Amino acid sequence: MAYITCDKITLRYEALTVLENLSFTVSQGDYLCIVGENGSGKSTLMKCLLGLKPVDGGKLTYGDGLKRNEIGYLPQQSQIQRSFPASVREVVLSGCLNGKGLHPFYTKAEKERAAEQMRCLNITELADRSYRELSGGQQQRVLLARALCATKKLLLLDEPLTGLDPLVATELYSILQHIHDAHGITVIMVTHDVECAVRHAQSILHVGKKESFFGSCAAYEKTPLGKRFLGDAVEPEHCENCVHEHAEVQHE
Amino acid sequence: MNDLSAILTPEYIAVILLPALIAGVAVSLCSSLLGVSLVLKRCSMIGDGLSHVGYGTLCVAVAMGWAPMQVAVPVVIAAAYILLRLSENSRLGGDTAIALFSTSALAIGILASSKANLTTDVSHYMFGSILAMTRGDVIFSVILSICVVLVYLLFYDKIFAVTFDENFARATGMNVRFYNLLIAVLTAVTVVLGMMMMGALLISSLMIFPAVTAMRLCKRFRGVVIAAVIVSVTCFLCGLFLSLLLDTAVGASVVIMDLAAYLIAVIIGKLKKASQNR
Repeated sequence: MAYITCDKITLRYEALTVLENLSFTVSQGDYLCIVGENGSGKSTLMKCLLGLKPVDGGKLTYGDGLKRNEIGYLPQQSQIQRSFPASVREVVLSGCLNGKGLHPFYTKAEKERAAEQMRCLNITELADRSYRELSGGQQQRVLLARALCATKKLLLLDEPLTGLDPLVATELYSILQHIHDAHGITVIMVTHDVECAVRHAQSILHVGKKESFFGSCAAYEKTPLGKRFLGDAVEPEHCENCVHEHAEVQHE
Repeated sequence: MNDLSAILTPEYIAVILLPALIAGVAVSLCSSLLGVSLVLKRCSMIGDGLSHVGYGTLCVAVAMGWAPMQVAVPVVIAAAYILLRLSENSRLGGDTAIALFSTSALAIGILASSKANLTTDVSHYMFGSILAMTRGDVIFSVILSICVVLVYLLFYDKIFAVTFDENFARATGMNVRFYNLLIAVLTAVTVVLGMMMMGALLISSLMIFPAVTAMRLCKRFRGVVIAAVIVSVTCFLCGLFLSLLLDTAVGASVVIMDLAAYLIAVIIGKLKKASQNR
């Protein structure tokens, strides 16, 4: 059984139907990118996957032992208050809260877990800095560390690259690849960057009102839909975000 | 200016000043803790809305001859719950819903008090009269304040999480609705207690001023919370002293102290920035 099964779901944004009859599954170990044009319902779909919004038709089920509180989430930057006074450590630790129930205060194990994620993402020196004073790329790493504190199974990312410069975006892709390969975490990412999606993901979900696609990247590149969206830019040198710089990732 | 040595007889200190001081410090502490969350969650108006509801309830309670505080606490807690649901679901938008709800409650209270000709008694709750609190009021306030502080400390980490990023908390499986309700209930209790000393008109400043002052000075959540508590209690003590010295209303004197502290914090912040840029 898959982590997430969507069976003929319908999604509305206010009164407007944005997606209809959409079916796909996400299993353990997948790396799925959700792509589509602006307003195609990518973010609405993300909200449904996260349980922030109910589906307006069809069925969305969690399976394979995945519980609601075992999901990690990296929101769009714009959803976080930029002026919020919080240290990096406070933000990362707050990712550990979902497994605690009513138990007060962080345990030693949780503090250790947060420290480990900060080491993994190379932000240990920033621990006592204020979140609002960091650069966009650093903030994204902090939020990623928080998301990784919240899950060992499934990570959802909503447009994580928006507003980042290409070098930082490349670095983030490498980090994600490492998290997926080395830690065995299933990744679902919403992005508008189709070329990078095809390069890094295992499978693609293209959502749109008229046509949708769900399948492997190789199959997607062959469809008329994929060809149209990828254009001629499939050649690596045309994609500035995708220069593989795995050397920058800290492998443990 | 008053001659303090003439006012501060041992009897006055023991019977009036000391209880007022204890209750005031307790309430200042609670309001500054919750104020940080309210300001950061962008719902400072809930405090104001609840104070209107609280005032309305106190008027009705006094008109009916009931114990004002003991009636107001449960009613304002219920109002906090309703306001929260209204601002979540309403088509009007949160602030409009709060305004409609709270002014209606206020109007009912004023109707009740004018029918019963109670204008003098209830004006206490409009402007506050901490020095006129009864022994029972003081004990009641201190016990409830201790409860508020304890609950806040026990749920501190969760309150941080729902304040910083509600969507993340909800998406990762936390019971956000429960914690929002908890914040609303604690706010409701604090508002009713604060009305005794600050009055309905000024209580929301007791919650908001220390928080914004602390945010000017500190960069971490824990730092902001601690600084807000210190600012709030200090300003209360200074305000009380000022009111004794100049024979002014306690609530207004405390707010003026809060304003002064805020302005000082703004200047310190500007100076810090300037020295960093140099």
